[in-house]
Amino acid sequence: MAGYIFRRVLQAIPVFFGTTFLIYFMVFAMPGDPIVALFGDKTPNPAVIEQLRQQYHLDQPFIVQYFLYIGGIFRGDFGTSFSGEPVTQILARTFPVTIRLAVLALIFQSVAGIAVGLVSGLRKGKLFDSSALVVSLILISLPIFVIAYVAQFVFGVQLGWARTTVGPGAPLQDLILPAIVLASVSFAQIVRLTRSSVIETSGLDFVRTAYSKGLSRKRIVPVHILRNSLIPVVTYLATDFGVLLVGATVTEGIFNVPGVGNTLYQAIIRGEGPTVVSFVTVMVLLYLVVNLVVDLLYGLLDPRIRLVK
Amino acid sequence: MKIRRIGIGALALAAASALVLTGCSTGGDTPSTSGSNTSIITANGSEPQNPLIPTNTNEVGGGKILDEIFAGLVYYDAKGAPVNDVAESIETDDAQNYTIKIKPGLKFTNGDPVDATSFVDAWQYGALLSNAQLSSYFFEDIEGFSYDADSPLTGLKVVDDTTFTVALTSPKSDFPLRLGYSAFYPLPKTAFEDMAAFGENPIGNGPYMLAGEGAWKHNEKIDLVVNPDYDGGRVPKNGGLSIVFYATQDAAYADLQGGNLDVLDAVPDSAYQTFESDLGDRAVNQAAAVFQSFTIPARLPHFDGEEGKLRRAAISMSINREEITKVIFEGTRTPASDFTSPVIDGWTDKLEGADVLAYNPDEAVKLWAQADAISPWSGTFQIAYNADGGHQGWVDAVSNSIKNTLGIDASGAPSPTFAEVRTAITDRSIQTAFRTGWQADYPGLFNFLGPIYATDAGSNDGDYSNPDFDALLAKGSSETDVDTANKDFQDAQEILLKDLPAIPLWYSNVTGGYGTDVSNVTFGWNSVPLFYEITKG
Amino acid sequence: MAPLEETPLVAIDAVKVDEKPSNLWIDAWRDARRRPIFWISGLLILLIIVVALLPSVFSPVNPFTEKCDLSLSNGDPTAGHPLGFTKLGCDVYARIIFGTSTSISVGFIVILLTTVLGLLFGAFAGFYGGWIDATLSRVGDIFFSIPYILAAVVIMSVLSQYRSIWTISLAIGLFAWPSTARVLRAEILRVKQSDYITASEALGVSKIKILLRHVLPNSIAPVIAITTISLAAAIVAEATLSFLGVGLGGTIMSWGNDINQAQRDIRVHPQTLIWPSLALSITVFSFILMGEVVRDALDPKARALR
Repeated sequence: MAGYIFRRVLQAIPVFFGTTFLIYFMVFAMPGDPIVALFGDKTPNPAVIEQLRQQYHLDQPFIVQYFLYIGGIFRGDFGTSFSGEPVTQILARTFPVTIRLAVLALIFQSVAGIAVGLVSGLRKGKLFDSSALVVSLILISLPIFVIAYVAQFVFGVQLGWARTTVGPGAPLQDLILPAIVLASVSFAQIVRLTRSSVIETSGLDFVRTAYSKGLSRKRIVPVHILRNSLIPVVTYLATDFGVLLVGATVTEGIFNVPGVGNTLYQAIIRGEGPTVVSFVTVMVLLYLVVNLVVDLLYGLLDPRIRLVK
Repeated sequence: MKIRRIGIGALALAAASALVLTGCSTGGDTPSTSGSNTSIITANGSEPQNPLIPTNTNEVGGGKILDEIFAGLVYYDAKGAPVNDVAESIETDDAQNYTIKIKPGLKFTNGDPVDATSFVDAWQYGALLSNAQLSSYFFEDIEGFSYDADSPLTGLKVVDDTTFTVALTSPKSDFPLRLGYSAFYPLPKTAFEDMAAFGENPIGNGPYMLAGEGAWKHNEKIDLVVNPDYDGGRVPKNGGLSIVFYATQDAAYADLQGGNLDVLDAVPDSAYQTFESDLGDRAVNQAAAVFQSFTIPARLPHFDGEEGKLRRAAISMSINREEITKVIFEGTRTPASDFTSPVIDGWTDKLEGADVLAYNPDEAVKLWAQADAISPWSGTFQIAYNADGGHQGWVDAVSNSIKNTLGIDASGAPSPTFAEVRTAITDRSIQTAFRTGWQADYPGLFNFLGPIYATDAGSNDGDYSNPDFDALLAKGSSETDVDTANKDFQDAQEILLKDLPAIPLWYSNVTGGYGTDVSNVTFGWNSVPLFYEITKG
Repeated sequence: MAPLEETPLVAIDAVKVDEKPSNLWIDAWRDARRRPIFWISGLLILLIIVVALLPSVFSPVNPFTEKCDLSLSNGDPTAGHPLGFTKLGCDVYARIIFGTSTSISVGFIVILLTTVLGLLFGAFAGFYGGWIDATLSRVGDIFFSIPYILAAVVIMSVLSQYRSIWTISLAIGLFAWPSTARVLRAEILRVKQSDYITASEALGVSKIKILLRHVLPNSIAPVIAITTISLAAAIVAEATLSFLGVGLGGTIMSWGNDINQAQRDIRVHPQTLIWPSLALSITVFSFILMGEVVRDALDPKARALR
């Protein structure tokens, strides 16, 4: 077990280099000079552009820029944004907010999604199943910005149940509405996934054996069916956690959450290489940990699965 | 020009300034004495893109803050007229050499004196090439300025504590008018010790100051309190400002409706149709110093010479500005009748040749046919824009208007990012027309003309050149009488109306609103509310 | 009990040679064609594909040549324009019909991309384990941790001359496959512990044959469940990318683009938003139903239950 974890941690090293390299290259490959854009619709003098390019090492070849950046990371220097703020500081203030939001959304979507999916699967083809399909369909066919605007207008402006945007310090109660909006996107996926898994598990021998042994539904459903249906769902939730961390751009923008998605999007658009790469680096590390935890969780859900040989 | 920064789905930039706000209506000159209100006003803003250094800030997010915490030589009143702030007097005989006297005994909030050196040192810092300040071009006209090497501004001389002189390389009659722009603010001695640290916790001499170290909470807000020592015409009638940063205008608007925001100066386009009914008499929709156009570079095939003139006029006349501003912008834009803005002194809609800006499909078709006789048209007429700035709606509408009138293929050409389209414009690799916008740095006609259409001017992205136009600009710049100068600038515009280097579209209005708790909200010429006048409760 | 010699050995060993060879797919087809849902969803999908291929048959108005009239902005339906007009005064119905091929193509290309890559990476990683798993899974991690917005901005910018359904599908799909791969991998990890797999191994069936014949078909259900929804998600993602400014934009007609354009007027004129969304819902609905049928048909256990 410890050996397995150790190997996984070692594997993080190539992933770290692979990701940072790829990301840095992508930011570099983006057409358009970020320095020119700093001047808005005003055309800057070439001499001033040159000065600024030097200041941000943008005059260096790609590979030099990359190693300057990596070298900095090992000295604890993640670079600075165009606004002069150290990237480490940006990371420190945005990640906690986004993690709060992502965890909240994850809780909402897994609780609601698994519950609805389970009931749908057990009552396949019944009214509840069909209604769940219709609701998931509506949610899936509306882009998130539509859901977010409608939720903000109805619950924030008209009913006044929630603050329209997230207030200073991003307190938990302000994050509930954006979290529900975020959760709505994956809700449909989790319902379908749980449902399909539950249907499959219900047909397995051990479930039939359990019924024929005369065990009650109350025991069979959670212990035999649900537990054995969770593997694909848990895997999906783990990948979704990654999506929630960065993919919350639109929702964070609409609810003005000072989190990762929002900041990262601005940095991408502005072509701030160091900021983008640092964010993604932290993302990757988080993501590797989550994946490791999930792989270990498989063993708990289905003791037959042994990753460790 | 200051940049209005793009948020997701936000209306991006016109270029845009955020100068000093102000307005010295009644009693502005005397500090409010009795029962000074202590309520904090919350207003929308956006995270500054650069450290808060006056010469390094060229976008509205930072500009809005700088204008509150600094006082320059002059500020602009609500109508855009300059009023002395720190300056005692600004004098010249020839529009080229200026003597500036400042009020004695003024101090920065850290106790450093505000004297002639505070200005001269700040300007020298801003102009120096190796400091690479974003607003360095504001010092271009001062003697000694160079883009080739570090070179001091030899045109600046400190005479005594309260007097300094400025020598320009050529007459610029609107120079005193420019001095309210943030690039010309003074800096305290401490700033030069560590400019990076200063940019994080700036120390100014304006009506407000930062509420202590770390008042700038990145990506969240900045808290300002009243500077008790400020003694100009902008003494606050409230207890302070909390400028909340929004990623999108939609979020800010939702907060205004939800009662979390007192004053909003940018209504999102999704609310154009409803904001006046949502807010009633608390809605603001008034002209602003923002001019929108699209530029057709002369190097594009078919757009040069006589053929080019005919085609430009035909395209201009095929755009139904009236209908587009009404339908797409819900009346938050005003069809253009010149190349400047109605809030600028000297603006007129009576320029000769301005009828080329009116929708006239028959004449457009006729002119287009005449051009075809010179050289037959082929291809698609495209307008490039950045897709991250909410421009698609009007670009499509303008293209449709051209397409429907002239019967040619016309469409928008979106680029994903602002950087991409600006780079293509800057290095002249762009092969289509492109959207252009200008928000005045200071309220003068010249600012809308000189930087954009003068031969070899910095922002002359279409490489337009007309000696007659240049001569009229130079003539206007050397007049010391404002009205005579404005007449020259109007004459210069009549040349532009014939050549149409850019096709004027419309003037942006400032759209905003305020909550039920606040009153005395007026918006300045530069689209920013006069925060110091606002009272709450 | 009959004496042993009374049962001819030949009878026991006899193989019914006259019966058609049966495999998973034939069984699945036999099962599916008996279900009405299969035919309903099949017809819907067929209709959508026909609309995508021959839009002009369904819409007399050609939105590419028809003038959009601003004075009809957000207008109500009139004769010949059954769903009214968009903000720019274009025919909503015609745009939906002509946008079908774009949206369907984006959806198909994306799921093709994610499913093929996801199957390859997921199947090999889960089945073989060890260093193959480590390598493939970590490659997946790299791709997955790149924010798709960054990917989209970069791909759409670098290929801006070739802005088309292909580039946007690439932008959406190239970085989305790891979630399919991981779900499949997880399911395979579970399935490969089953007795029938151990039995096949004991019988000496080759590894690759076990994977293709036994493991994959038994692990495919969650992939199908995800894929049918991913189709919808991909079509919607195109709208979200338009919202962020890196969509198709310009002159290419698509439901996503129309939804994005309509969202600004959602409070005043929701109808221009509802119609393209409805088209999207119906499409997604038919594919989800089809996915259900296919999933059930491929799963002998679920079949047995009915």
